[in-house]
Amino acid sequence: MSVMKRLSGIVQAKANKALDKAENPADMLDLSYEKQMENLTKVRRALADVATARKRLELQATQLQAQAQKLQDQAKQALGQGQEDLARQALARRATIAEQLESLGTQHQQVETQQQQLETTASRLQAQVGAFRTKKETLKASYTASKAQASIGEAVSGISESMTDAGMTLDRAQDKIAQMQARAGAIDELLDTGALPDALGGGGDDIQKQLDATSKAGQVDAELAALKAEIGTGASEPSASLPPGAAPGTNGGAAAAPPSGNGTATPEGSNG
Amino acid sequence: MIVRILGEGRYDVPDADLPAIEQLDAQLVDALDRGDDIEFATSLSDLIAQVRHTGTLLAPDDVRTSSRVVPHEGATLEEVSSLLAEEA
Repeated sequence: MSVMKRLSGIVQAKANKALDKAENPADMLDLSYEKQMENLTKVRRALADVATARKRLELQATQLQAQAQKLQDQAKQALGQGQEDLARQALARRATIAEQLESLGTQHQQVETQQQQLETTASRLQAQVGAFRTKKETLKASYTASKAQASIGEAVSGISESMTDAGMTLDRAQDKIAQMQARAGAIDELLDTGALPDALGGGGDDIQKQLDATSKAGQVDAELAALKAEIGTGASEPSASLPPGAAPGTNGGAAAAPPSGNGTATPEGSNG
Repeated sequence: MIVRILGEGRYDVPDADLPAIEQLDAQLVDALDRGDDIEFATSLSDLIAQVRHTGTLLAPDDVRTSSRVVPHEGATLEEVSSLLAEEA
């Protein structure tokens, strides 16, 4: 059976249910007006929630993008250090982040649609409330006439249907907001626990630690080589500064040692 | 006939344009029955486009009620199924 007819039946049923509470036409008008105002407030609140959810998604996307870039750089650095396993690890994490980013993109599109629908609903309700306020007083003033009673019924049914629509749109938006908040919360948790290391913190970043350790080790090696080289040249200087004739006899034993020390330092020095 | 698009508003659609809309509605039913998400999304988006194209948007102070209701733009098969489940 037609989706449009079935949905129409559901909307009418909801609209009628909302009207059941009012006993006489004048009450119906007041009740409708109050409900419209309530709905407008709710829609505006939901709009603010959607905007917050959207900002949060955007912030998370920025963080994830920074993290992806950082992992890409780390992979390069690791390859430069000849640590292929570490590079692979960085790229694997980058792939996980890329997946998260993709799903954030889809959510961002959804939140934009929600925002649009709520904005339409808010401006429509706003216009309706304005028109209804005037109409309600005119109708109330003459509601004893049977014709006026019929038009009250008509006006109230029309308004009630629109409010049902607004209510359904609101419910749908709130569901989506809740879903987005849950998702955003899960991503925050991932960022916090270090499963996706925080782009801004870097405290739990074990890849960076390994890279740093390797480059530190390289630095220590280089400094050690430099020191050895310095000691080596320092030891040979005195013998060079000795007066030509005095050296051989007195320094014969000591002069044999420095060259062997020099011998070990030179290859490392050229490595670093 | 007055057709409401949820979250958007009511459109007055000329009777001559109803067959095309009913055709798209039938496609929507078909996608719903088969559980085909992609076909559902396409049919819904076509249906909404058709209503907007052939209908005239009613002013907010027009109190006429609708006799057909189209789901929200972007509504999923799952969402519409759960809405329709409220019938019972």
